[in-house]
Amino acid sequence: MTAVLITGGRIIDPANTIDKVGDLFIKDNRIISLFERPNDFTAVHTIDAKDHIVCPGLIDLSAHLREPGQTQKATILSETTAALKSGITTLCCPPDTHPINDTPAVTEFILDKVEHANAATVLPIGALTQGLEGTKLSAMAALHKAGCIGFSNAHTPIKNTLVLRRTLEYAASHNLCVIIRPEDPWLQNQGCVHEGIPASRFGLPGIPHVSEIIAIQQSLALCELTGCRIHFSQLSCSESVNLLKAAKHKQLPVSADVAIHQLFFTENELNTFDSALHVTPPFRTETDKQALIDGLKTGVIDAICSAHQPHDADAKLGAFPSTEPGISALETLLPLVLKLTETEAVSLSQGISWVTQNPASILALKQGTLTKGSAADICIFNPELTWTVNENNWLSQGRNTPFWGQTLKGKAAQIIKSGQIFSS
Amino acid sequence: MTTTDSLQFNSDHQLQHLLSIEGLDQRLLTEIMDNAESFASLANQPVKKYPILRGKTVVNLFFENSTRTRTTFELAAKRLSADVINMNIATSATSKGESLLDTIRNLEAMHVDMFVIRHALSGAAHFIAQHVAPGISVINAGDGNHAHPTQALLDMFTIRRHKNDFSSLRIAIIGDILHSRVARSQIQALSILGAKEIRVIAPKTLLPIEVNALGVSVSHTLEEGLQDIDVVIMLRLQKERMSGALLPSESEYFNCFGLTQEKLAIAKPDAIVMHPGPINRGVEISSEVADGPQSVILQQVSYGIAIRMAIMSLILQPPGRHHT
Repeated sequence: MTAVLITGGRIIDPANTIDKVGDLFIKDNRIISLFERPNDFTAVHTIDAKDHIVCPGLIDLSAHLREPGQTQKATILSETTAALKSGITTLCCPPDTHPINDTPAVTEFILDKVEHANAATVLPIGALTQGLEGTKLSAMAALHKAGCIGFSNAHTPIKNTLVLRRTLEYAASHNLCVIIRPEDPWLQNQGCVHEGIPASRFGLPGIPHVSEIIAIQQSLALCELTGCRIHFSQLSCSESVNLLKAAKHKQLPVSADVAIHQLFFTENELNTFDSALHVTPPFRTETDKQALIDGLKTGVIDAICSAHQPHDADAKLGAFPSTEPGISALETLLPLVLKLTETEAVSLSQGISWVTQNPASILALKQGTLTKGSAADICIFNPELTWTVNENNWLSQGRNTPFWGQTLKGKAAQIIKSGQIFSS
Repeated sequence: MTTTDSLQFNSDHQLQHLLSIEGLDQRLLTEIMDNAESFASLANQPVKKYPILRGKTVVNLFFENSTRTRTTFELAAKRLSADVINMNIATSATSKGESLLDTIRNLEAMHVDMFVIRHALSGAAHFIAQHVAPGISVINAGDGNHAHPTQALLDMFTIRRHKNDFSSLRIAIIGDILHSRVARSQIQALSILGAKEIRVIAPKTLLPIEVNALGVSVSHTLEEGLQDIDVVIMLRLQKERMSGALLPSESEYFNCFGLTQEKLAIAKPDAIVMHPGPINRGVEISSEVADGPQSVILQQVSYGIAIRMAIMSLILQPPGRHHT
């Protein structure tokens, strides 16, 4: 029967087009009122949110937790805690754990650990094919029942197009969403950077634009054939945005997200072989970067994800091509979204929608809004607070961020998840 | 974040590591070649040693096989009176940086002064330079497809000995540009030295994407590409690339891109022919040309010692810092 009052904050709820200073009332872990004090409401906890923004807890469509199997990189406890304290109350974890999340037992193992961690909510993504091998369908219905929110083959594209077609047909039969990280298995060709001028200069194997473009075209054709709901994860090319735009125009059931760091880096930053910038898909051109930002602004790209990939130090120590791709990105998601709204002159409300309302609607989640009656998943943050990324405040077990040592603006202060209050 | 420049030069603008030709200027390249000139004349003396690096220890750390480069580095260091250790570390391309760093740490503990490194992955020399203890220098003896600066410098030295002025020269680089660290470093060095034209000649499967951006013109045939050329540089084509998705066959490659006396006649009559070695006779170059009067291939090898002496002495005993 906990009653919480959040007072004096700027309440932003994009789903209900609210952006106004006022109070928010929580009772029994639910939002019971905005701006107007309900009769007989007596606050047990009062949070002063003056000069703070009060918005729905962030939803991250892709965050690797590394557990089970790679706890030297991260654990469910370490990463869900880092997520929650950074304002992310819900996250989806890809199936490429060890063992792979292709059986309900693995899903249940993950959810059991999540429950004990008592931090961010985790919605596991199940494997689309058994062992991610791209040959046999996974038991999607059973996995869904165990708690998987969608299905994906993670970073292992399905080579056999007949199998891909069957997975989409089967998922569509159960009304399940398939998440595709579009990459052509052949054109990847062990590339580690964008196939462009820097790759040519530095003699690094490149991944061409067409690797992503061909994969999207193939998926879109199969989407039309099967009617399966497809979400494209972590777009990186300008032409991908055009393809998505045309597909949405045709009213195909598609959506897309972009990894936050794709909006801040290009291939031109690679000149030092800095393994912190080794990511898949790779950082591409300035034109691509701008097209991705425009895609977000025009709604062609629906959401921003962290694409969080925590690593142990050794994974990033070596000659660039031998290092593992990925950025530890949970804790920089909110400040970078805020920075983007500043540099691109879009409203805070629109920026917040990319990490709340929009990802929620992609997966048909109830979260991502402050609508009266919804569960109280709330992020209260100070948009002006500057902080330096260092070992004193970093929570993820993976320290592989290109922002290490840099000063960022905006930090979650208090987070409410299902009515429970957490301080960052 | 460190840039290549801030890695290669110390705070006094002295060269402390040689990782890439990128970031060096014409003055420095000329200085290295001038110094190499005096070391080259030493080769004809009865006693071929200078005491410049006496007491210094140089480790040749080769993660990839090499005969010529390692031997010339070894001879160069020995002629400068340094102590030399050769380490050939067989390793797979996927080996972890962890072991790479461990290897370096172990050798550092033995108080060495310089690492000469060859590695199969681009960026390996940068990585090691970023992690060695202060005061230890790194020379890149070839990293992946990225750079081979000492080879490029000895090639420039060879060209200068035969042709003098770079600004009037048209140079053709022929073959597997895509996988060639030598070509990348040569292109950078020739650009810095102001060559009139750098032309690459290869099928598209052996060219990096947007290769023009590196400052070269492109041709896909020897017939067109060799016109007006003063210097012909052939590249080695590795056996595993001769048949498959890059090239149909050895013989088709030789027919299209192999340098024969007949094809060489298209270039200027006084054109010189170079090759970084080892040569695949009958694949990229005919024996007739390789052993012919226009070939300077063996000179390149002997100049390799002089250039490496010049670079090692510049880095380990920079001007103005000589011990008395």
